[in-house]
Amino acid sequence: MHDWNDQHALQIIADCAKNGQVLTSALRQLVDNFGYIDDASIAPLAKAFLRSKAEVYGTIQYYSDFRDSAPAEHVLRICQAESCQAVGSKKITKLVTTKTGIALGQTSSDGQISLEPVYCLGLCANGPAAEFDGNPVAELDEAKIDKILSGIRS
Amino acid sequence: MSANAVTRIFVPGDMLAIALGAGELVKELQKQAEIRNTSIEIIRNGSRGMCWAETLLEVQTNAGRVAYGNVKATDVNSLFEAGFLNGGDHEKALGQTEEIPWLAEQQRVIFNRCGIIDPLSLGEFQDSGGFIGLRKALQISPAQIVEQVTRSGLRGRGGAGFPTGIKWQTVLDTAGAIKHIVCNADEGDSGTFSDRLIMEGDPFRLIEGMIIAGLAVRAEQGVIYLRSEYPFAVKMMRAAIEMAEAENWLGKNIQGSGKTFNMEVFVGAGSYVCGEETALLESLEGKPGIVRSKPPLPAIAGLFGQPTVINNVITLCAVPDILAKGGDWHASLGIGRSTGTLPFQLAGNVAKGGLVELPFGVSLQKVVDDFAGGTKDGSKIRAVQVGGPLGAYLPPELFDTLTGYEEFAAIGAGIGHGGIVIYGSSINMREQAKYAFEFCAEESCGKCTPCRIGSIRGYELLGAEQIDKSLIDDLCEVMIEGSACAMGAMTPIPVQSLMRYWPEDFAEDIKAKS
Ligand SMILES: Cc1cc2nc3c(=O)[nH]c(=O)nc-3n(C[C@H](O)[C@H](O)[C@H](O)COP(=O)(O)O)c2cc1C
Ligand code: SF4
Ligand code: FES
Ligand code: FES
Repeated sequence: MHDWNDQHALQIIADCAKNGQVLTSALRQLVDNFGYIDDASIAPLAKAFLRSKAEVYGTIQYYSDFRDSAPAEHVLRICQAESCQAVGSKKITKLVTTKTGIALGQTSSDGQISLEPVYCLGLCANGPAAEFDGNPVAELDEAKIDKILSGIRS
Repeated sequence: MSANAVTRIFVPGDMLAIALGAGELVKELQKQAEIRNTSIEIIRNGSRGMCWAETLLEVQTNAGRVAYGNVKATDVNSLFEAGFLNGGDHEKALGQTEEIPWLAEQQRVIFNRCGIIDPLSLGEFQDSGGFIGLRKALQISPAQIVEQVTRSGLRGRGGAGFPTGIKWQTVLDTAGAIKHIVCNADEGDSGTFSDRLIMEGDPFRLIEGMIIAGLAVRAEQGVIYLRSEYPFAVKMMRAAIEMAEAENWLGKNIQGSGKTFNMEVFVGAGSYVCGEETALLESLEGKPGIVRSKPPLPAIAGLFGQPTVINNVITLCAVPDILAKGGDWHASLGIGRSTGTLPFQLAGNVAKGGLVELPFGVSLQKVVDDFAGGTKDGSKIRAVQVGGPLGAYLPPELFDTLTGYEEFAAIGAGIGHGGIVIYGSSINMREQAKYAFEFCAEESCGKCTPCRIGSIRGYELLGAEQIDKSLIDDLCEVMIEGSACAMGAMTPIPVQSLMRYWPEDFAEDIKAKS
């Protein structure tokens, strides 16, 4: 992941528009490149895709993948959907929030980790499921949580 | 087997196997093979759907493929010691893969080669029946293709169960210079993963189904709307599309037929309601996924206002065999107006979860008894939820219901996408009902007040100290009547099924837990 770079962002936007791609394709490429979509890109996006700035902003806000601020160093997403609930995802989530001292949806004050809910990763026969920095984790238990968290702190 | 022959080993590269450490397993296998001076070839197949045995390692022996279940990197040493390269016995040995009852008792049609072949081998795909349906479709007229699909009785596997042939006929009959095939791979229902498994394990099957759909309605472009939670499937489908293009199974003048079909993958952005077909179209057009009012039907004015077929992954994956073996063959499987096979998915608190493909018509009881193996925590099964977050919770007394669209409708339930989530004794039904409203509030697109606001009110009502059941029923009625799509209109289904079958968890004097 690269730090936000206006020049590079403008290039992505221009390329998408030129190739006839839609607004959300540009948004996808921006998050894939920089981890988030900086406010600075709203005006150029609006111009390139012939939308109002409000429409661009609304589209970014609508989709949970399209963050509007830089993510933490690490992101742990824990599944909150039914199949995982059936095997104790609520308890596991609580364990994680206790160990990290932050709630689901929050980022630690040192910017090291964000906890996020996710609704189904398609690993429903082997819950509780999670995703850490883009890598899937199944059958999440305390040992796996400790391993993940110790990797962050060191 | 001679000492220096290369032994073929299969280790799934699918998202679940990776989540369970298949990556480390492969590294350890390579390392130890090298130490032992043994030649092995590791094939990253898809999953057989035996999620309970993942990572499932298989070895090709002279007598067929031999399986070892729940294999971890730490097992590799003892596997070599046990002579697993010749199918040697080991505590994790499951015997000949094809003879494992859990697999042998299924009737796999759509998943016939998933987990068996190298997903990106066009050769292995064709050696196992791939492209027979497409070759047939290339020889007949669009109307004849649609006729076979209509005769097959195939109904949409995305949830609504709409007859696919009728949908295709409408698009074929609608004039339009540009038409689209949209594959719905948003698979947001908890407890479902059949779309993921087939895309990761047999991507050419979906490509074949989409090309046939294109031929049937005279559409030359297709797009797969694939959820971002499935990065492995995205990679696999893109790689498969590239290979199919290179071998002229996609693009212009497919295999010299004069027919054209192109396709691409569009990655979603984390929204459940974008699985609803018109929200999906909005999303593909680059906008927020707000549900459109119908009419017009997408078949008449869909993507960019052009005639569009939208089908679920499994619907499209059922099509190649219908063309290859005929619509009547498909119609002969199943019961009543529920024809063909359904990949059931067993999930949640389940001992042997995974994918079970059977013809429609088996009882829910049989699926649960013969395959689930009870709960994971050993407690008694208290409920199953069938058909995702908008599906009914059913008590064991109703397990004798036969799996069919009409049979499930008769008990106020639905088959949906075939997900069966199992719950043990620890589950609190009031919490589940609260969750149904919470999920609706979280994912509502915001267009209808009953869905957007009603879901929040429902959540609050169930959290209150005193539960007012008749008020909740009133609210459900408003949501059912006043919602434009199934998100708001069907959220009452799980809620009311829970209140009906487990009233004890909703006793008015029980204090809310949180
Ligand atoms: C809230 C909501 C979510 C849906 N999610 C999906 C989905 O993830 N995948 C899917 O195939 N259909 C989903 N559907 C059903 C689609 O609207 C549509 O019926 C289906 O894609 C049609 O294809 P089929 O006829 O092959 O089933 C959803 C419907 C609603 C109301
Ligand atoms: S019922 Fe809910 S999700 Fe469906 S259109 Fe209305 S507000 Fe949107
Ligand atoms: S419900 Fe958690 S992975 Fe599907
Ligand atoms: S917020 Fe607009 S209808 Fe209530």
